Amino acid sequence: MNDITGLTLIETLKALEEKKFSSEELNKAYLERIEKINPRLNIFLEIKKNPQNMPAAIKDIICTQNIRTTAGSKILSNFVPPYSATVIDRLKEKGIGIIGKTNLDEFAMGSSGENSAYGPTKNPWNETKVPGGSSSGSAAAVAADLCTFALGTDTGGSIRQPASLCGVVGLKPSYGRVPRYGAIAMASSLDQIGPITKSVADARLVLEWISGPDGKDSNCVDPASCKVTPCAARGCLAGVRVGVPREYFGKGLDKGVEKVIREAIKKLEELGAEIVEVSLPHTEYAVAAYYIIMSSEVSSNMAKFDGIRFGSGREDFGPEVKRRIMLGTFALSTGYYDDYFAKAAEVRTLIKQDFEKAFEKCEVIVGPVSPTVAWNLGEKIEDPLTMYLSDVYTIPASLAGIPGLSVPCGFSDGLPVGLQILGKYLDEETILNIGEIYEQSTDWHNKKPDLGKEA
Amino acid sequence: MKLTSDQVKHTAKLAKLPLTEEQIEVYAEQISRILDYIDQLNKVGTEGVEPTFNVTGSFNVMKKDEVTKNLTQDAALQNASSKNNHFFVTKGVFENE
Repeated sequence: MNDITGLTLIETLKALEEKKFSSEELNKAYLERIEKINPRLNIFLEIKKNPQNMPAAIKDIICTQNIRTTAGSKILSNFVPPYSATVIDRLKEKGIGIIGKTNLDEFAMGSSGENSAYGPTKNPWNETKVPGGSSSGSAAAVAADLCTFALGTDTGGSIRQPASLCGVVGLKPSYGRVPRYGAIAMASSLDQIGPITKSVADARLVLEWISGPDGKDSNCVDPASCKVTPCAARGCLAGVRVGVPREYFGKGLDKGVEKVIREAIKKLEELGAEIVEVSLPHTEYAVAAYYIIMSSEVSSNMAKFDGIRFGSGREDFGPEVKRRIMLGTFALSTGYYDDYFAKAAEVRTLIKQDFEKAFEKCEVIVGPVSPTVAWNLGEKIEDPLTMYLSDVYTIPASLAGIPGLSVPCGFSDGLPVGLQILGKYLDEETILNIGEIYEQSTDWHNKKPDLGKEA
Repeated sequence: MKLTSDQVKHTAKLAKLPLTEEQIEVYAEQISRILDYIDQLNKVGTEGVEPTFNVTGSFNVMKKDEVTKNLTQDAALQNASSKNNHFFVTKGVFENE
């Protein structure tokens, strides 16, 4: 029954409708696979005993009523939410069940999955490599076929980057598209919930399910602008202008990754797209601006962990969380606010304007998600700054609030590479359509990691 | 910019983070390096540029003052480390630390 777990979400829905297998058989197939594979890869922090309905994996920073939610932190090791996040309630209405809660960098702070208090997740493509982060377990669960789809969160790249490093599809929606009520906040002007899936069409479907205001996230935008229509004209990109930012192909980009990305761009051109060079001149300042804005918001959001209403004492925060609280508290403290936080917020405006100008010349912008493929476990953990720089291509879109999609586009050194497709604010429709046309004209999405005989 | 261990201690106090002497030394070194990297923002001319705090441009979003379904007292207290007579137990505010 191994082929059940290989199906995409949409294929599974169709198979259930055609009664090719039952919901019980579906959950049994996934649960058996999890039992075999999870001990090796450390993907799940919590596995449901009797899963029902469509088995989805949920990043353990999204609150699930009566299911322990740790945010990957020791401080929440006993936290059982009395309510579910809006996205969980919405999925439930669509017949989606939770098969498990996935591992992550503590409070979503990290780019490798190694900052979890519950041990690192391993990359299904190579167990000596990181899966990326912070949605490490969610991306690895989809790549290893341990769920039909997963939810992650993305603040500076935490959906797109692990999706790229694990060879699956990841969508960070526009800021304000998906309500965040019940997702434990990291940096509130940046956080978004989004799907990690086996196909672009699956990502579109999950986005439709979870989008739109709930009255509990005041940054969530009007539902009228949240329509996503699937592409009518398949296999053709005629009339589409694809921008390629020269700043995304400079120093620091691995040669093997660059080759794969250039080939993907060539493929888009073959499909009829017009390739135009664009410039995002403030890209080099994005990581610096991001680390001030994000850390400042982190220091404020983490203040609620007082050990009184929930969780244990603040000494139980891990090293990266403490580091960001310290950096943010310092940046906001008397005498430094103007030099750091205010300055970073102004640079953020320039980064946002870079995209607005570039989008006058094109409908989407493409480039790498990550400057390298998955690196060795332990390689960057002692050097926070090097780890931060691994998000150099995902952070600018986060600061600008625009949507970004990671689509599998090949391999370098036997490890997956993702193509990043960025769109105009609230124009998920175009990036999903272009992503799907690319996906369906290539074979990369059909490649699966070899998890050995026992799988 | 180079952070002194006194600045780190002061920041830790503001953030209510209990840090060991060893952690203070490590954070002084690491955060100084990160701030050195962040100093490159000073190369960007931002005179006359408005700051962006929120890309949606929302400001003081209001909602109707209506009673809605809420957590029960038991549910709200279920994760508290210490409770007494249906209340959270906290440390005294005016006691010396």
